[in-house]
Amino acid sequence: MIELGTQSDIKLINEEGLRNDGRKFNELRPIRIEVGVLNRADGSAYIEWGGNKVLVAVYGPREAFPKHTQNPSRAIINARYNMAAFSVDERKRPGPDRRAIEISKVISEALEVAVFTEQFPRTSIDVYIEVLQADAGTRIAGLTAASVALVDAGIPMKDMVVGCAAGKIDGKVVLDLNKEEDNFGQADLPMAIIPRTDEIVLLQMDGNFSREELEQAVELSKKAATYISNLQREALMAKYKSQESEKEGERSE
Amino acid sequence: MSAVSKSADEIVYGLRREYLEKISAEGNRIDGRKFDETRQAVVNINFVPRAEGSAEVRLGDTRVLVGVKVEQGEPFQDTPNSGILTTNAEMLPMASPTFESGPPSEDAIELARVVDRGIRESKMIALDKLVIKEAEKVWVVFIDMHILDYDGNLIDACSLGAVAALLNAKVPASKIGAEDYPLPINHVPITITFAKIGSIMVADPNLEEEEVASARLSVATNENGDVVAMQKGLSGSITQQELFSAVDTSIKLGKDIRKRVLGR
Repeated sequence: MIELGTQSDIKLINEEGLRNDGRKFNELRPIRIEVGVLNRADGSAYIEWGGNKVLVAVYGPREAFPKHTQNPSRAIINARYNMAAFSVDERKRPGPDRRAIEISKVISEALEVAVFTEQFPRTSIDVYIEVLQADAGTRIAGLTAASVALVDAGIPMKDMVVGCAAGKIDGKVVLDLNKEEDNFGQADLPMAIIPRTDEIVLLQMDGNFSREELEQAVELSKKAATYISNLQREALMAKYKSQESEKEGERSE
Repeated sequence: MSAVSKSADEIVYGLRREYLEKISAEGNRIDGRKFDETRQAVVNINFVPRAEGSAEVRLGDTRVLVGVKVEQGEPFQDTPNSGILTTNAEMLPMASPTFESGPPSEDAIELARVVDRGIRESKMIALDKLVIKEAEKVWVVFIDMHILDYDGNLIDACSLGAVAALLNAKVPASKIGAEDYPLPINHVPITITFAKIGSIMVADPNLEEEEVASARLSVATNENGDVVAMQKGLSGSITQQELFSAVDTSIKLGKDIRKRVLGR
Protein backbone atom coordinates (compact mmCIF):
# COMPACT_ATOMS: atom_id res chain seq x y z
CA MET A 1 0.00 0.00 0.00
CA ILE A 2 1.47 3.30 -1.07
CA GLU A 3 -0.02 6.33 0.58
CA LEU A 4 1.52 9.20 -1.26
CA GLY A 5 -1.45 10.46 -3.24
CA THR A 6 -0.42 11.78 -6.64
CA GLN A 7 3.19 10.80 -6.15
CA SER A 8 2.52 7.04 -5.94
CA ASP A 9 2.61 6.75 -9.73
CA ILE A 10 6.32 7.50 -9.80
CA LYS A 11 8.10 4.16 -10.21
CA LEU A 12 11.36 3.90 -8.30
CA ILE A 13 12.10 0.22 -8.95
CA ASN A 14 11.91 -1.22 -12.50
CA GLU A 15 10.82 -4.69 -13.68
CA GLU A 16 14.33 -6.08 -13.24
CA GLY A 17 14.32 -4.95 -9.61
CA LEU A 18 16.81 -2.15 -10.23
CA ARG A 19 16.51 1.38 -8.85
CA ASN A 20 16.41 4.62 -10.86
CA ASP A 21 20.20 4.92 -10.69
CA GLY A 22 20.73 1.25 -11.59
CA ARG A 23 21.50 0.03 -8.06
CA LYS A 24 20.26 -3.17 -6.45
CA PHE A 25 18.21 -2.96 -3.24
CA ASN A 26 21.27 -3.56 -1.04
CA GLU A 27 23.76 -1.45 -2.97
CA LEU A 28 25.39 1.73 -1.72
CA ARG A 29 26.11 4.74 -3.87
CA PRO A 30 29.84 5.25 -4.62
CA ILE A 31 31.67 6.63 -1.58
CA ARG A 32 35.04 8.35 -1.59
CA ILE A 33 36.76 9.70 1.51
CA GLU A 34 39.82 11.93 1.66
CA VAL A 35 41.73 12.88 4.79
CA GLY A 36 43.66 16.03 5.70
CA VAL A 37 42.19 18.27 3.03
CA LEU A 38 42.42 21.58 4.93
CA ASN A 39 45.54 23.35 6.17
CA ARG A 40 44.49 25.36 9.22
CA ALA A 41 42.16 22.85 10.86
CA ASP A 42 43.54 20.37 13.41
CA GLY A 43 41.88 17.60 11.45
CA SER A 44 39.80 17.45 8.30
CA ALA A 45 38.11 15.15 5.84
CA TYR A 46 36.13 15.32 2.64
CA ILE A 47 33.52 12.82 1.58
CA GLU A 48 31.68 12.23 -1.65
CA TRP A 49 28.74 9.92 -1.21
CA GLY A 50 26.66 9.65 -4.36
CA GLY A 51 25.95 13.28 -5.19
CA ASN A 52 26.70 14.46 -1.65
CA LYS A 53 29.86 16.52 -1.21
CA VAL A 54 30.66 17.25 2.42
CA LEU A 55 33.69 18.89 3.99
CA VAL A 56 34.52 18.50 7.69
CA ALA A 57 36.99 20.40 9.86
CA VAL A 58 37.88 19.63 13.48
CA TYR A 59 39.33 22.15 15.92
CA GLY A 60 40.39 21.18 19.41
CA PRO A 61 40.43 20.07 22.07
CA ARG A 62 40.59 23.78 22.95
CA GLU A 63 39.32 25.83 25.87
CA ALA A 64 35.53 25.78 25.73
CA PHE A 65 33.96 29.18 25.18
CA PRO A 66 31.76 30.74 26.54
CA LYS A 67 33.10 29.65 29.89
CA HIS A 68 29.81 28.43 31.32
CA THR A 69 29.71 25.70 28.67
CA GLN A 70 32.82 24.12 30.17
CA ASN A 71 32.40 20.77 31.82
CA PRO A 72 34.92 20.18 34.62
CA SER A 73 35.02 16.45 34.01
CA ARG A 74 35.09 16.13 30.23
CA ALA A 75 35.24 17.76 26.82
CA ILE A 76 32.08 18.87 25.06
CA ILE A 77 31.60 17.95 21.42
CA ASN A 78 30.27 20.80 19.44
CA ALA A 79 29.23 19.71 15.96
CA ARG A 80 27.81 22.30 13.58
CA TYR A 81 26.04 20.98 10.52
CA ASN A 82 25.59 23.62 7.88
CA MET A 83 24.21 23.52 4.36
CA ALA A 84 25.62 25.86 1.77
CA ALA A 85 23.01 28.11 0.15
CA PHE A 86 23.84 26.60 -3.26
CA SER A 87 23.85 22.97 -2.11
CA VAL A 88 20.19 22.35 -2.95
CA ASP A 89 17.89 22.95 -5.94
CA GLU A 90 16.26 26.01 -4.45
CA ARG A 91 18.64 28.36 -2.68
CA LYS A 92 18.65 27.75 1.05
CA ARG A 93 18.75 30.84 3.21
CA PRO A 94 22.18 30.86 4.88
CA GLY A 95 22.50 30.21 8.59
CA PRO A 96 21.18 27.52 10.89
CA ASP A 97 17.49 26.62 10.56
CA ARG A 98 15.62 24.33 12.93
CA ARG A 99 16.51 21.25 10.92
CA ALA A 100 20.22 22.07 11.05
CA ILE A 101 20.06 22.70 14.80
CA GLU A 102 18.47 19.32 15.39
CA ILE A 103 20.95 17.52 13.12
CA SER A 104 23.89 19.25 14.80
CA LYS A 105 22.56 18.05 18.15
CA VAL A 106 22.15 14.39 17.21
CA ILE A 107 25.55 14.33 15.45
CA SER A 108 27.26 15.83 18.53
CA GLU A 109 25.59 13.24 20.73
CA ALA A 110 26.62 10.39 18.45
CA LEU A 111 30.28 11.46 18.37
CA GLU A 112 30.30 11.92 22.13
CA VAL A 113 29.77 8.18 22.59
CA ALA A 114 32.94 7.40 20.64
CA VAL A 115 35.36 10.10 21.83
CA PHE A 116 37.18 9.67 25.15
CA THR A 117 35.92 13.07 26.29
CA GLU A 118 37.00 12.51 29.92
CA GLN A 119 40.61 12.99 28.82
CA PHE A 120 40.05 16.67 28.03
CA PRO A 121 38.10 18.40 30.81
CA ARG A 122 36.90 22.00 30.26
CA THR A 123 37.57 21.87 26.53
CA SER A 124 35.46 21.78 23.44
CA ILE A 125 36.06 19.76 20.33
CA ASP A 126 34.48 21.67 17.47
CA VAL A 127 33.38 19.76 14.41
CA TYR A 128 32.35 21.90 11.43
CA ILE A 129 30.37 20.02 8.81
CA GLU A 130 29.74 21.89 5.57
CA VAL A 131 27.40 20.36 3.05
CA LEU A 132 28.58 21.72 -0.30
CA GLN A 133 26.17 19.66 -2.38
CA ALA A 134 23.21 17.71 -1.01
CA ASP A 135 21.80 14.49 -2.45
CA ALA A 136 19.93 12.82 0.47
CA GLY A 137 21.80 11.32 3.39
CA THR A 138 23.85 14.40 4.20
CA ARG A 139 23.78 13.91 7.98
CA ILE A 140 25.23 10.42 7.85
CA ALA A 141 27.77 11.36 5.18
CA GLY A 142 28.81 14.27 7.41
CA LEU A 143 28.99 12.09 10.50
CA THR A 144 31.03 9.43 8.68
CA ALA A 145 33.51 12.07 7.52
CA ALA A 146 33.52 13.76 10.94
CA SER A 147 34.81 10.56 12.57
CA VAL A 148 37.69 10.46 10.10
CA ALA A 149 38.47 14.13 10.68
CA LEU A 150 38.56 13.51 14.46
CA VAL A 151 41.15 10.77 13.95
CA ASP A 152 43.08 13.12 11.68
CA ALA A 153 43.08 15.64 14.55
CA GLY A 154 44.60 12.96 16.79
CA ILE A 155 41.62 12.74 19.13
CA PRO A 156 41.38 9.42 21.00
CA MET A 157 38.22 7.42 20.30
CA LYS A 158 37.01 3.90 20.95
CA ASP A 159 36.26 3.51 17.25
CA MET A 160 35.12 5.58 14.31
CA VAL A 161 31.38 6.20 14.08
CA VAL A 162 29.88 5.01 10.81
CA GLY A 163 26.70 6.44 9.38
CA CYS A 164 24.37 4.71 6.99
CA ALA A 165 20.72 4.92 5.96
CA ALA A 166 18.06 2.56 4.73
CA GLY A 167 14.57 3.35 3.57
CA LYS A 168 11.51 2.14 1.74
CA ILE A 169 10.64 2.80 -1.91
CA ASP A 170 7.79 1.23 -3.88
CA GLY A 171 7.03 -0.77 -0.74
CA LYS A 172 10.51 -2.35 -0.66
CA VAL A 173 13.23 -1.89 1.94
CA VAL A 174 16.41 -0.59 0.28
CA LEU A 175 19.80 0.71 1.33
CA ASP A 176 20.99 4.31 1.03
CA LEU A 177 18.24 6.43 -0.58
CA ASN A 178 19.19 8.98 -3.20
CA LYS A 179 17.38 12.30 -3.51
CA GLU A 180 14.53 11.15 -5.74
CA GLU A 181 14.01 8.04 -3.62
CA ASP A 182 14.00 10.16 -0.49
CA ASN A 183 11.45 12.58 -1.96
CA PHE A 184 9.06 9.93 -3.23
CA GLY A 185 9.80 7.01 -0.91
CA GLN A 186 7.77 5.86 2.08
CA ALA A 187 10.36 5.76 4.85
CA ASP A 188 13.88 6.82 5.76
CA LEU A 189 16.02 5.54 8.63
CA PRO A 190 19.33 7.33 9.14
CA MET A 191 21.46 5.45 11.61
CA ALA A 192 25.02 5.45 12.96
CA ILE A 193 26.85 2.70 14.78
CA ILE A 194 30.16 2.02 16.43
CA PRO A 195 31.25 -1.16 14.63
CA ARG A 196 33.64 -2.35 17.34
CA THR A 197 30.97 -2.40 20.07
CA ASP A 198 27.90 -2.74 17.86
CA GLU A 199 26.26 0.23 19.61
CA ILE A 200 23.65 2.38 17.88
CA VAL A 201 24.61 6.01 18.49
CA LEU A 202 22.32 7.84 16.08
CA LEU A 203 18.87 6.77 15.07
CA GLN A 204 16.09 8.74 13.47
CA MET A 205 13.21 7.60 11.37
CA ASP A 206 10.31 8.99 9.46
CA GLY A 207 7.72 7.41 7.22
CA ASN A 208 6.11 4.04 7.67
CA PHE A 209 7.80 0.74 8.53
CA SER A 210 6.21 -2.44 9.77
CA ARG A 211 8.13 -4.20 12.55
CA GLU A 212 9.61 -6.66 9.97
CA GLU A 213 10.59 -3.92 7.53
CA LEU A 214 12.30 -2.02 10.31
CA GLU A 215 14.34 -5.11 11.11
CA GLN A 216 15.35 -5.52 7.45
CA ALA A 217 16.33 -1.86 7.27
CA VAL A 218 18.52 -2.04 10.39
CA GLU A 219 20.21 -5.22 9.07
CA LEU A 220 20.93 -3.64 5.66
CA SER A 221 22.52 -0.59 7.26
CA LYS A 222 24.58 -2.63 9.69
CA LYS A 223 26.05 -4.73 6.90
CA ALA A 224 26.87 -1.64 4.89
CA ALA A 225 28.48 -0.03 7.94
CA THR A 226 31.21 -2.69 7.99
CA TYR A 227 32.08 -1.80 4.41
CA ILE A 228 32.03 1.95 5.06
CA SER A 229 34.16 1.46 8.16
CA ASN A 230 36.84 -0.07 5.93
CA LEU A 231 36.66 2.90 3.58
CA GLN A 232 37.31 5.20 6.55
CA ARG A 233 40.38 3.18 7.50
CA GLU A 234 41.69 3.04 3.95
CA ALA A 235 41.30 6.82 3.63
CA LEU A 236 43.40 7.35 6.75
CA MET A 237 46.04 4.85 5.62
CA ALA A 238 46.20 6.55 2.23
CA LYS A 239 47.07 9.86 3.89
CA TYR A 240 49.96 8.40 5.87
CA LYS A 241 51.22 6.39 2.89
CA SER A 242 51.32 9.51 0.75
CA GLN A 243 53.20 11.38 3.50
CA GLU A 244 55.65 8.50 3.67
CA SER A 245 56.34 8.58 -0.07
CA GLU A 246 56.74 12.38 0.02
CA LYS A 247 59.42 11.99 2.66
CA GLU A 248 61.18 9.37 0.60
CA GLY A 249 61.03 11.70 -2.37
CA GLU A 250 62.73 14.43 -0.32
CA ARG A 251 65.47 12.04 0.76
CA SER A 252 66.33 10.99 -2.75
CA GLU A 253 66.61 14.58 -3.95
CA MET B 1 28.77 29.39 39.11
CA SER B 2 31.89 28.70 41.15
CA ALA B 3 33.99 25.64 40.49
CA VAL B 4 33.26 24.36 44.01
CA SER B 5 29.48 24.36 43.74
CA LYS B 6 29.71 22.73 40.33
CA SER B 7 31.75 19.85 41.62
CA ALA B 8 29.29 19.46 44.51
CA ASP B 9 26.52 19.23 41.92
CA GLU B 10 28.56 16.68 40.07
CA ILE B 11 28.99 14.55 43.19
CA VAL B 12 25.27 14.58 43.95
CA TYR B 13 24.56 13.78 40.33
CA GLY B 14 26.99 10.84 40.43
CA LEU B 15 25.41 9.44 43.58
CA ARG B 16 21.92 9.75 42.17
CA ARG B 17 22.92 8.08 38.97
CA GLU B 18 24.58 5.23 40.86
CA TYR B 19 21.49 4.75 43.03
CA LEU B 20 19.05 4.68 40.13
CA GLU B 21 21.25 2.29 38.17
CA LYS B 22 21.45 0.03 41.21
CA ILE B 23 17.72 -0.16 41.82
CA SER B 24 16.94 -0.64 38.14
CA ALA B 25 19.41 -3.54 38.00
CA GLU B 26 17.36 -5.02 40.86
CA GLY B 27 14.18 -4.62 38.81
CA ASN B 28 12.80 -1.49 40.46
CA ARG B 29 12.01 2.10 39.59
CA ILE B 30 12.22 5.09 41.86
CA ASP B 31 8.45 5.61 41.85
CA GLY B 32 7.55 1.93 42.01
CA ARG B 33 6.48 1.53 38.38
CA LYS B 34 7.32 -1.44 36.16
CA PHE B 35 9.87 -0.80 33.41
CA ASP B 36 7.17 -0.74 30.73
CA GLU B 37 4.62 1.20 32.76
CA THR B 38 3.76 4.81 31.95
CA ARG B 39 2.58 7.34 34.50
CA GLN B 40 -1.10 8.12 34.60
CA ALA B 41 -2.04 10.36 31.70
CA VAL B 42 -4.92 12.77 32.12
CA VAL B 43 -6.15 14.66 29.08
CA ASN B 44 -8.42 17.63 29.46
CA ILE B 45 -9.67 18.68 26.04
CA ASN B 46 -10.94 22.08 24.98
CA PHE B 47 -9.15 23.83 27.84
CA VAL B 48 -8.84 26.95 25.68
CA PRO B 49 -12.12 27.33 23.76
CA ARG B 50 -10.74 30.37 21.93
CA ALA B 51 -8.33 28.05 20.10
CA GLU B 52 -9.62 25.81 17.28
CA GLY B 53 -8.45 22.86 19.34
CA SER B 54 -6.69 22.45 22.66
CA ALA B 55 -5.70 19.92 25.27
CA GLU B 56 -4.11 20.07 28.65
CA VAL B 57 -2.12 16.97 29.48
CA ARG B 58 -0.82 15.79 32.82
CA LEU B 59 1.59 12.93 32.59
CA GLY B 60 2.41 12.26 36.22
CA ASP B 61 3.58 15.68 37.43
CA THR B 62 4.52 16.90 33.98
CA ARG B 63 1.97 19.34 32.68
CA VAL B 64 1.66 20.78 29.19
CA LEU B 65 -0.95 22.78 27.34
CA VAL B 66 -1.30 22.43 23.60
CA GLY B 67 -3.28 24.86 21.50
CA VAL B 68 -4.15 24.42 17.84
CA LYS B 69 -4.92 27.41 15.69
CA VAL B 70 -6.21 26.97 12.14
CA GLU B 71 -5.81 29.98 9.87
CA GLN B 72 -5.80 30.78 6.18
CA GLY B 73 -2.50 31.10 4.43
CA GLU B 74 -0.61 30.57 1.21
CA PRO B 75 0.52 27.04 0.37
CA PHE B 76 4.19 26.23 -0.17
CA GLN B 77 5.10 26.51 -3.85
CA ASP B 78 6.08 22.86 -4.15
CA THR B 79 2.86 21.61 -2.49
CA PRO B 80 0.02 23.70 -4.00
CA ASN B 81 -2.50 20.97 -3.11
CA SER B 82 -1.73 20.63 0.55
CA GLY B 83 -2.47 22.42 3.79
CA ILE B 84 0.38 23.31 6.11
CA LEU B 85 1.33 21.93 9.51
CA THR B 86 3.69 23.75 11.84
CA THR B 87 4.74 22.80 15.34
CA ASN B 88 6.37 24.90 18.03
CA ALA B 89 7.35 24.26 21.66
CA GLU B 90 7.72 26.88 24.37
CA MET B 91 9.76 25.64 27.31
CA LEU B 92 8.45 28.35 29.63
CA PRO B 93 10.74 29.50 32.45
CA MET B 94 7.80 28.93 34.83
CA ALA B 95 8.08 25.17 34.23
CA SER B 96 11.55 24.57 35.65
CA PRO B 97 14.45 26.45 37.25
CA THR B 98 16.61 25.19 34.39
CA PHE B 99 14.51 26.72 31.59
CA GLU B 100 15.48 30.18 30.43
CA SER B 101 13.50 32.74 28.52
CA GLY B 102 14.65 33.81 25.09
CA PRO B 103 14.79 32.18 21.68
CA PRO B 104 14.02 28.44 21.55
CA SER B 105 16.83 26.26 22.88
CA GLU B 106 18.23 23.26 21.07
CA ASP B 107 16.07 21.08 23.34
CA ALA B 108 12.89 23.00 22.49
CA ILE B 109 13.63 22.72 18.78
CA GLU B 110 14.28 18.98 19.02
CA LEU B 111 11.09 18.52 21.08
CA ALA B 112 8.96 20.36 18.54
CA ARG B 113 10.51 18.53 15.62
CA VAL B 114 10.08 15.09 17.17
CA VAL B 115 6.42 15.76 17.99
CA ASP B 116 5.91 17.18 14.51
CA ARG B 117 7.50 14.12 12.89
CA GLY B 118 5.15 11.72 14.66
CA ILE B 119 2.11 13.64 13.47
CA ARG B 120 3.36 14.45 9.99
CA GLU B 121 4.83 11.05 9.14
CA SER B 122 1.84 9.11 10.41
CA LYS B 123 -0.22 11.29 8.03
CA MET B 124 -2.53 11.94 10.95
CA ILE B 125 -4.04 15.04 9.37
CA ALA B 126 -5.40 14.79 5.82
CA LEU B 127 -3.53 17.88 4.63
CA ASP B 128 -4.84 17.37 1.08
CA LYS B 129 -8.32 18.16 2.39
CA LEU B 130 -7.24 21.55 3.71
CA VAL B 131 -7.05 23.33 0.37
CA ILE B 132 -9.30 26.36 -0.07
CA LYS B 133 -8.09 27.36 -3.55
CA GLU B 134 -5.32 25.41 -5.23
CA ALA B 135 -1.93 27.15 -5.18
CA GLU B 136 -3.52 30.19 -3.57
CA LYS B 137 -5.15 29.56 -0.25
CA VAL B 138 -4.96 26.68 2.21
CA TRP B 139 -5.60 26.09 5.89
CA VAL B 140 -2.51 26.32 8.07
CA VAL B 141 -2.56 24.23 11.25
CA PHE B 142 -0.41 25.74 14.01
CA ILE B 143 0.39 23.48 16.96
CA ASP B 144 1.78 25.45 19.89
CA MET B 145 2.89 23.51 22.93
CA HIS B 146 3.38 25.26 26.24
CA ILE B 147 5.38 23.45 28.89
CA LEU B 148 3.90 24.48 32.25
CA ASP B 149 5.46 22.06 34.72
CA TYR B 150 8.45 19.88 33.97
CA ASP B 151 8.78 16.47 35.56
CA GLY B 152 10.33 14.61 32.63
CA ASN B 153 9.29 13.15 29.28
CA LEU B 154 8.05 16.23 27.47
CA ILE B 155 8.07 14.37 24.14
CA ASP B 156 5.26 12.00 25.14
CA ALA B 157 3.27 14.61 27.05
CA CYS B 158 3.43 17.05 24.13
CA SER B 159 2.75 14.37 21.51
CA LEU B 160 -0.31 13.19 23.40
CA GLY B 161 -1.48 16.77 23.91
CA ALA B 162 -0.98 17.65 20.25
CA VAL B 163 -2.84 14.54 19.06
CA ALA B 164 -5.70 15.11 21.52
CA ALA B 165 -5.97 18.77 20.51
CA LEU B 166 -5.97 17.91 16.79
CA LEU B 167 -8.62 15.21 17.25
CA ASN B 168 -10.92 17.84 18.68
CA ALA B 169 -9.95 20.72 16.44
CA LYS B 170 -12.29 22.47 14.02
CA VAL B 171 -11.53 24.10 10.71
CA PRO B 172 -13.12 27.58 11.02
CA ALA B 173 -14.66 27.50 7.55
CA SER B 174 -17.43 29.87 8.71
CA LYS B 175 -14.85 32.62 8.28
CA ILE B 176 -15.00 32.06 4.52
CA GLY B 177 -18.74 31.61 4.30
CA ALA B 178 -18.94 27.84 4.74
CA GLU B 179 -19.65 25.71 7.77
CA ASP B 180 -17.04 24.81 10.39
CA TYR B 181 -15.97 21.20 10.11
CA PRO B 182 -13.78 18.87 12.16
CA LEU B 183 -10.13 18.70 11.17
CA PRO B 184 -9.90 15.71 8.78
CA ILE B 185 -8.05 12.86 10.52
CA ASN B 186 -6.52 9.71 8.97
CA HIS B 187 -4.52 8.12 11.78
CA VAL B 188 -3.82 8.43 15.49
CA PRO B 189 -0.10 8.20 16.29
CA ILE B 190 1.13 7.61 19.83
CA THR B 191 4.71 8.30 20.89
CA ILE B 192 6.40 6.37 23.68
CA THR B 193 9.78 7.48 25.02
CA PHE B 194 12.31 5.37 26.88
CA ALA B 195 15.29 6.31 29.00
CA LYS B 196 18.28 4.02 29.34
CA ILE B 197 19.40 3.73 32.94
CA GLY B 198 22.42 1.50 33.30
CA SER B 199 21.42 -1.26 30.92
CA ILE B 200 17.67 -0.95 31.47
CA MET B 201 15.20 0.84 29.21
CA VAL B 202 12.33 2.39 31.17
CA ALA B 203 9.19 3.76 29.55
CA ASP B 204 7.95 7.29 30.25
CA PRO B 205 10.90 8.46 32.40
CA ASN B 206 10.22 11.00 35.12
CA LEU B 207 12.63 13.87 35.68
CA GLU B 208 14.89 11.99 38.08
CA GLU B 209 15.21 9.14 35.62
CA GLU B 210 15.68 11.44 32.66
CA GLU B 211 18.50 13.29 34.39
CA VAL B 212 20.60 10.16 34.90
CA ALA B 213 19.77 8.48 31.58
CA SER B 214 22.59 7.76 29.15
CA ALA B 215 20.33 7.50 26.11
CA ARG B 216 16.77 8.26 25.15
CA LEU B 217 14.62 6.65 22.47
CA SER B 218 11.23 7.81 21.20
CA VAL B 219 9.09 5.58 19.00
CA ALA B 220 5.85 6.73 17.36
CA THR B 221 3.47 4.05 16.13
CA ASN B 222 0.07 4.12 14.43
CA GLU B 223 -3.03 2.01 15.08
CA ASN B 224 -1.80 -0.66 12.63
CA GLY B 225 1.30 -1.23 14.72
CA ASP B 226 3.58 0.38 12.13
CA VAL B 227 6.47 2.54 13.24
CA VAL B 228 6.10 6.05 11.79
CA ALA B 229 8.88 8.03 13.48
CA MET B 230 11.81 7.51 15.81
CA GLN B 231 14.44 9.60 17.50
CA LYS B 232 17.41 8.59 19.60
CA GLY B 233 18.67 11.28 21.94
CA LEU B 234 21.40 11.99 24.51
CA SER B 235 25.06 11.07 24.27
CA GLY B 236 24.80 7.37 24.95
CA SER B 237 24.11 4.35 22.80
CA ILE B 238 21.52 1.60 22.52
CA THR B 239 21.79 -1.95 21.25
CA GLN B 240 19.75 -3.53 18.49
CA GLN B 241 17.90 -5.69 21.05
CA GLU B 242 17.04 -2.62 23.12
CA LEU B 243 15.75 -0.91 19.99
CA PHE B 244 13.41 -3.72 19.05
CA SER B 245 12.16 -4.40 22.55
CA ALA B 246 11.38 -0.68 22.79
CA VAL B 247 9.53 -0.87 19.46
CA ASP B 248 7.45 -3.80 20.73
CA THR B 249 6.64 -2.03 23.99
CA SER B 250 5.68 1.14 22.09
CA ILE B 251 3.24 -0.76 19.90
CA LYS B 252 1.68 -2.33 23.00
CA LEU B 253 1.51 0.85 25.09
CA GLY B 254 0.37 2.86 22.07
CA LYS B 255 -2.66 0.63 21.60
CA ASP B 256 -3.49 0.93 25.28
CA ILE B 257 -3.19 4.73 25.44
CA ARG B 258 -5.06 5.21 22.17
CA LYS B 259 -7.99 3.30 23.61
CA ARG B 260 -7.90 4.16 27.30
CA VAL B 261 -6.88 7.83 27.15
CA LEU B 262 -8.15 8.97 23.74
CA GLY B 263 -11.09 6.59 23.40
CA ARG B 264 -9.93 5.52 19.91
